[in-house]
Amino acid sequence: MSAEWPLWEIFIRGQHGLNHRHVGSLHAPDAELAMRHARDVYTRRNEGVSIWVVPSAAISASSPSDKGPMFEPSQDKVYRHPSFFDIPDEIGHM
Amino acid sequence: MYAQMVKSEATQDDPEKLAAFQARIDAGEKIEPKEWMPEGYRKTLIRQIGQHAHSEIVGQLPEGNWITRAPSLERKAILLAKVQDEAGHGLYLYCAAETLGVSRDELTEALLAGKMKYSSIFNYPTLTWADIGAVGWLVDGAAIMNQVPLQRTSFGPYSRAMIRICKEESFHQRQGFDIMRKMATGTKAQRHMAQDALNRFWYPSLMMFGPSDADSVHSAQSIRWKIKMNTNDELRQKFVDQTVPQAEYLGLTVPDPDLRWNADKGGYDFSEPDWDEFFEVLKGNGPCNTERLAARQKAWDDGAWVRDGLMAHAAKQHSAPVAAE
Ligand SMILES: [Fe+2]
Ligand SMILES: [Fe+2]
Repeated sequence: MSAEWPLWEIFIRGQHGLNHRHVGSLHAPDAELAMRHARDVYTRRNEGVSIWVVPSAAISASSPSDKGPMFEPSQDKVYRHPSFFDIPDEIGHM
Repeated sequence: MYAQMVKSEATQDDPEKLAAFQARIDAGEKIEPKEWMPEGYRKTLIRQIGQHAHSEIVGQLPEGNWITRAPSLERKAILLAKVQDEAGHGLYLYCAAETLGVSRDELTEALLAGKMKYSSIFNYPTLTWADIGAVGWLVDGAAIMNQVPLQRTSFGPYSRAMIRICKEESFHQRQGFDIMRKMATGTKAQRHMAQDALNRFWYPSLMMFGPSDADSVHSAQSIRWKIKMNTNDELRQKFVDQTVPQAEYLGLTVPDPDLRWNADKGGYDFSEPDWDEFFEVLKGNGPCNTERLAARQKAWDDGAWVRDGLMAHAAKQHSAPVAAE
């Protein structure tokens, strides 16, 4: 048996103005067919207005074991959120 | 169910890691493919999701049987869309299984070699148009019972596949019920066909949930890992309680003389299906086992040149600019 069709990650823009969102993956021999398959597999009920297909092998992902060093540094920087600051009532909306 | 009698795999992992893993599941966290997981969790899921995927794909066959013979163009278009959805369900699930380190071709080959199973229900024939109604109403109805709670399963890709699938399933059940309703309110011959379809599909539908697993260690482990959300008996009871009033509405008789409402438990008492028959079907001795596997084998063999040809074409396109330089 010869090589299996490679895997592609599928991203769909649900409506105009929204980001493309990852919806799943599928197998296809090339980008053109990945696009056609994505249309059939992921937009049978008007789920999208635009599709991106990306070879799965082209995606670099952060590793779960790096979760601490990657994301913890932002946890103690609460002043990045507007709710950190007290604004006097008299000032009203800011 | 679409995955029946899935044995949980033994796990020989570091007890400390196992406890931390269980704590994450108990806290309702989702487990993602690259994260640490017990070997048993991974293997059990491959078997369960793979079996579920195979069921979606093989499940296209009994219904596909009627696409060319649907009684109207509208019914034909609806059935075609339903069967196409099932192909999609198979694909979502194969992809979920693949995140666990098995390839789709490996899963297909395991099915064809008889090393993996699909749901017993698809080994029954669809003899009349009313059977297509019964399949949508009862078989998809039973599948929904199982799939709705599985949306909360602990494994992220499986949960997301289930969410997509559940969005599409209620169309399946409704189109089946709609066919049954037309038949049940039709001519005497049509009513007879509807009743006959219910007679033949009732017990095989109850079998879909699998035998009682109240005392099964495998089920207990799977429930702890949240890859099984309810016992088989719980789901079967829910299915009966939901379906009996629908049958009454249709004016059809559930083929069980011992069926009665039990006010104390707030559910119906009903007869168990013939479990010997169930085990025979699982062993490969159901009415259509040979035909179903032969159809899958033929599709796999006949499609080989297409799969290979498209790969060769893609490789050629890819290398073309380099060769021209
Ligand atoms: Fe399905
Ligand atoms: Fe379905």
